[in-house]
Amino acid sequence: MYAQLVKSDAIKSREDMSPEERAFQDRVDAGEKIEPKDWMPEGYRKTLVRQIGQHAHSEIVGQLPEGNWITRAPTLERKAILLAKVQDEAGHGLYLYSAAETLGVSRDELLEKLHSGKMKYSSIFNYPTLNWADMGAVGWLVDGAAIMNQVPLQRTSYGPYSRAMIRICKEESFHQRQGYSIMMKMAFGTPEQKEMAQDAMNRFWYPALMMFGPSDKDSVHSAQSMAWKIKINTNDELRQKFVNETVPQAEYLGLTIPDENLAWNEEKQGYDFSEPDWSEFFEVIKGNGPCNRERLGDRVKAWEDGAWFRDGLNAYAERAAERRRAASVAAE
Amino acid sequence: MAALETAATSVPEDSFVSDASLRPAFFEWLCRMGDNALILGHRTSEWCGHGPVLEEDIALANTALDLIGHTQMWLGLAGEVEGEGRDADKLAYLRDAMKFRNLLLVELPKGDMAVTMMREFLFDAFHYHLLTWLADNSKSPRVAEIAAKALKEVSYHLDRASDLVVRLGDGTEESHRRMQDALDLLWAYSGEMFVGDEVDAAMTQAGIAPDLESLRGEWETTVRDVLKEATLAMPAEAGFVHKGGKQGRHTEHLGFILAEMQFLQRAYPGASW
Ligand SMILES: [Fe+2]
Ligand SMILES: [Fe+2]
Ligand SMILES: [Fe+2]
Repeated sequence: MYAQLVKSDAIKSREDMSPEERAFQDRVDAGEKIEPKDWMPEGYRKTLVRQIGQHAHSEIVGQLPEGNWITRAPTLERKAILLAKVQDEAGHGLYLYSAAETLGVSRDELLEKLHSGKMKYSSIFNYPTLNWADMGAVGWLVDGAAIMNQVPLQRTSYGPYSRAMIRICKEESFHQRQGYSIMMKMAFGTPEQKEMAQDAMNRFWYPALMMFGPSDKDSVHSAQSMAWKIKINTNDELRQKFVNETVPQAEYLGLTIPDENLAWNEEKQGYDFSEPDWSEFFEVIKGNGPCNRERLGDRVKAWEDGAWFRDGLNAYAERAAERRRAASVAAE
Repeated sequence: MAALETAATSVPEDSFVSDASLRPAFFEWLCRMGDNALILGHRTSEWCGHGPVLEEDIALANTALDLIGHTQMWLGLAGEVEGEGRDADKLAYLRDAMKFRNLLLVELPKGDMAVTMMREFLFDAFHYHLLTWLADNSKSPRVAEIAAKALKEVSYHLDRASDLVVRLGDGTEESHRRMQDALDLLWAYSGEMFVGDEVDAAMTQAGIAPDLESLRGEWETTVRDVLKEATLAMPAEAGFVHKGGKQGRHTEHLGFILAEMQFLQRAYPGASW
């Protein structure tokens, strides 16, 4: 998902827990929300920082593939909708960095880790957006996959994260709808538009499936995250749900999903489908995807080019505070 | 998404819209209003995802979004006045550079954040006083209505731009130098905002728009106050060096903006998006 490979500890059995840990686990099991001032195991805090941080970084880097088409949007209305959508994503980044800050890590620290490559963002944003139908495919498939993951996370145990998810989910369904609306225009448009739509489908299908992270059998330590309710469903469960919902939508559009093994399985009441190429996934995560260099390079450049701007504002703010202090001293 | 509102459905009665004798000038003037918003919106949107800090990314996208909204209103009315079946999209996407009527100031490359914010400030200060006049005094109810809607957003843009000009001008040595450089670069393009021609004269005559020269004093006051607080030096020259955008004589930059902006409409004529 937006947090695809979050390292966490091996799960602890009840006997191995300290009394504090046991009381904490009881609260989580009872569905209580953990708040910033509450006691929490260090592993819980660290895992959450990684997960929320990855999620926040994904929102921020996620501006870039769609930002790529704002100046080329084909109508004023599409341009306005796309701008509003990308603006929402930046807002999501803001909510999530704020949620992470309640765990004692600053936005600047997290950004430093993103820029130095120590923290990751979702693999999906390392794929290029090559034609206008990609704006449809991103909204429909990428935001669609994000929703699959984020809806259950509204019930996550950590209060600030849960509340951020509730705000974000309200906007995500609009993102998916605007994507599908672009896809409809393209799929039912001229032959050239239909070709773009199919091309976008072909390129985004497997990367969208990768968003849910590796298969459960290769997914390390997700049991502890699930016990802590910072992960609600397994990767494979969510991927299956996504495929089940997406296939009929693609059929309605008259688009072919690029998977010869895709077939309805009556017994499991779901589709059978091919796994994405996991070696490609791990290459992308390592930094060798089609756009890793461009995406991270853009973010680093924006940050470095903006240093004088941030310094200017800080210097002004410090001087203003100094003036206020001097004035209050003089008044005494 | 709250920013995307659908336009009010009831349209006020406006005899100017169908006034044939006024048509060519009114159409030109509306294109000037719409094109300024469109081209400045385009330049502002180029920052998307590349701002110096997350809050600026959001604010810049928001400003661009407002300006695209204004474009839809002004060019929509321009198409109605012209009466030849062109809507806002046709005007935005299917005119070539010499038919564009924006000021040269708004088409210059976005530069760094100093150029971006100084340009926005100089233009907003003009835009604000112009829209205020239009909202209060225009004899065209349609123009007054659009101006009133746009004014709410533009007064916010002006507040934000003024605030940043002050803080960056009076920030560090480097931010001060960048802001002064930006001002010196852009100043020579600022005079065009106040140079009227026969189109402006016809609009003033009809009571639709103000005499541009009359806005100059208020603009200068706004600009002088902010620059003073920002510890920036107002250039001594009159600022009329670069002009012609309003008549369709542009810089080399506009052609590239349009090549990018109009690409899909030009490459796939007649498709619906
Ligand atoms: Fe988002
Ligand atoms: Fe997203
Ligand atoms: Fe989204």
